[in-house]
Amino acid sequence: MMENAELVNNPDVSFYNSGSRKGILSWLLSTDHKRIGIMYLVAMIIFFLTGMTLGFLMRLEMLPGARSLMGAQTYNELFTLHGVIMIFLFIIPGIPAVFGNFFLPIMIGAKDVSFPRLNLMSWYLYIAGGLIVILSLLTAGGPADTGWTFYVPYSIRTQSNVSLAVFGAFVLGFASILTGLNFITTIHRLRAPGMKWFKMPLFAWGLYSTAWIQLLATPVIGITLLLIILERFFGVGVFDPALGGDPLLYQHLFWIYSHPAVYIMILPAMGLVSEIIPTFAKKNIFGYVPIAISSLAIAFIGYLVWGHHMFSSGISDTSRVIFSLLTFLVAVPSGVKVFNWVATLYKGSIDLRAPLLFVLSFIVIFSIGGLTGLVLGSLNTDIHLTDTYFVVAHFHYVMFGGMGLLFFGGLHYWFPKMFGKMYNERIAKTACILFVIGFNSLYFPMFIMGYLGMPRRYYDYLPQFKPYHIISTVGSWILILGILIMIFNLVKALRGKEKASMNPWGGTTLEWTVSSPPPLENFDQIPVITKGPYERE
Amino acid sequence: MSNESEIIVTQNSEMHIHRDDEASKIGMWLFLFTELLLFGGMFILYAAYRFMFSDAFSIASIRLDRIIGSVNTIILLTSSLTVVLSITALKRNQKKFAIFLLLFTMICGLLFLVNKYFEWSAKIQHGIYPKGPEMANLPDGEVMFYGLYYVMTGLHGLHVLVGLIFFTFILIFVLKNKITSENIQKFENSGLYWHLVDIIWIFLFPLFYLIHAY
Amino acid sequence: MENNKSHTGASLNYGLYISVWLGLIALTMTTVALSGMNFASLTVPIAIAIAVAKSVMVAGYFMHVKFDSKIFKIFIAVCIVIFLTMIVLTFFDLTFRTDIK
Repeated sequence: MMENAELVNNPDVSFYNSGSRKGILSWLLSTDHKRIGIMYLVAMIIFFLTGMTLGFLMRLEMLPGARSLMGAQTYNELFTLHGVIMIFLFIIPGIPAVFGNFFLPIMIGAKDVSFPRLNLMSWYLYIAGGLIVILSLLTAGGPADTGWTFYVPYSIRTQSNVSLAVFGAFVLGFASILTGLNFITTIHRLRAPGMKWFKMPLFAWGLYSTAWIQLLATPVIGITLLLIILERFFGVGVFDPALGGDPLLYQHLFWIYSHPAVYIMILPAMGLVSEIIPTFAKKNIFGYVPIAISSLAIAFIGYLVWGHHMFSSGISDTSRVIFSLLTFLVAVPSGVKVFNWVATLYKGSIDLRAPLLFVLSFIVIFSIGGLTGLVLGSLNTDIHLTDTYFVVAHFHYVMFGGMGLLFFGGLHYWFPKMFGKMYNERIAKTACILFVIGFNSLYFPMFIMGYLGMPRRYYDYLPQFKPYHIISTVGSWILILGILIMIFNLVKALRGKEKASMNPWGGTTLEWTVSSPPPLENFDQIPVITKGPYERE
Repeated sequence: MSNESEIIVTQNSEMHIHRDDEASKIGMWLFLFTELLLFGGMFILYAAYRFMFSDAFSIASIRLDRIIGSVNTIILLTSSLTVVLSITALKRNQKKFAIFLLLFTMICGLLFLVNKYFEWSAKIQHGIYPKGPEMANLPDGEVMFYGLYYVMTGLHGLHVLVGLIFFTFILIFVLKNKITSENIQKFENSGLYWHLVDIIWIFLFPLFYLIHAY
Repeated sequence: MENNKSHTGASLNYGLYISVWLGLIALTMTTVALSGMNFASLTVPIAIAIAVAKSVMVAGYFMHVKFDSKIFKIFIAVCIVIFLTMIVLTFFDLTFRTDIK
């Protein structure tokens, strides 16, 4: 795939310099997948920092507890908003919208996605959804205070701006659906000649599996959120117990999407790991086919396990046993991936650059998160741990330490390609280490607290939990410091002079055969593929 | 939604835009799946509540007019026929016939909505609507039936309306020769959408109107 | 690049479509007639079966799935399987609850 002799880095014809429009319109009206990816990145960083600030404030309140900074109502609003922003505006769209958009066409040897205009519309829907969520903070009624899960009957009764917040999530869901639709079609139709399914990069497999979840699961929450709005305005009665409705049916419909949603979050991230490891181990990936198939398997099994969010809600014992059993099943394909990644590293020529450091941290942190998921997946332990800080720790380990860490890792991996500049390696690694230390200080005590009985979503607590809350809050400061240093380092690189070469890491996939940054149509000539994506001479 | 996908191919430094009809068709089918799952969520609710309130559902169903329901079913099935005949006609370059058939399809859709309007009006006049005066006299199961009825047939009706809007654009494109026998994927995609709307009604009809009559 | 012909086979004739339509009308009348009879617990499955048969006809002929490339049938199968798992697993809850009916 790489023919070194003929490839010359030519940043002057990069896509930044192309196109007839100038200024802001060259971005806002562009259907170029690379520009759309960057626009997503900018918006996403802003939303992430907003969500991060909310988390910072929550931890600040929990440090002394009680009515130190805020009352219970405000705290409820904070964690609702923190959840809605982080989940719907950062973690779910994150890797597909930014890196999928920028790199999928290049990695399969295409000029763009199948539906470039639809792609731009997805971005506008994303922004609109975000603005609607922000709007829900400001209008009369006050920010939603239901938690990001919007459980009935409270979400029907509360006077806060649930309808607006939920409508924002609905619009965001539509953006997600269209991205999934675009990627599925792109992968089916636009692979370069010779790139059969099993010669595709594993990141593409990750995106493909994710896209099917985006497509089929999101409409279910779409209708559920719509029903919340209809309930609030028209009193239809489908969820309202006063009219014979069953609140558990709401929970079923909600989690039928929201569990597969976590696989939307992690599958692209895992695909990214499968890109980064072979590059920095200087070795072909071990177990390409099992890794590819495991992405599809995780996507499918992910539809079967949602009931594990409802173990203590009142569903039947039979279904609890079934859901618990199915939940254990999803660990199998996940394990397949981890073992193959480790096998790839074994006897590789390890180049411990910043992206690899992020990936190795991910593997450890995600494994902790995954194992604690098994604890929650078994009925007898879950009864004690559900709705405690144990759950909060678990999902932050897998979502933030999982997808979040890899979002930043992917940013460090593909930064030279996207921007044609190189960042300071030492500062990047320092930021990563601070992140890991801060992250574990912030969230590990939550496992212990939860086990000892600290409930989640409470703004106050009993004195015996204080030491853990102190460690946790201080950890949040270290974590934020790490993130800020990381962002500062990257911004400094953007404005700096050190340019990146075409292939700074020695990667073997197609994006490393085009200039940094890539030209407008990606390729002068569509490549013809003859080898697997990670094969080296 | 864009029905045309653009692929930019560079050969000898020239840029061509090739139409990819197969991609366009795939895109439309994928969109149809999202509609299926959107209604699917409602069907799950319907199934659950029918299971919980089976007697009440039977009783409530009697109040729905089976004649109008059957007529509407036949109207939609016929419109599915005429739209596919219209596309076939256009492929054979029988443009006038195609336009006639397309107009017939759209009139069917309009008729469906008119019937729906009358059905709903009758119910609303009797106070049978969410939070309506008659609802307080009905048991929970029947209230649930009507709640689901309004939401599901309402959502379906909205989709019929959207289908009519699609067809309006198609009609204009056919008249202006932007859709021809050589460039017909947009028309076919609209047809696919319409057939899905028909299929959803195929399920709604027996589940709401025909629960029992004995 | 694939050719731009949107048809993979011979153009279907009007007669076939009209035959399908007649079948659909017949099934509609059947399902209305059957609704007047009591089949106890089989009532719902029979109604669903007829609706499924009608849908298969609409999808296969009007939507052309029968004649299109295999990938569309695979896509539809995936979609239906996912939807069915949602209903089945939800009913594992509902049918075994002790407080319903």
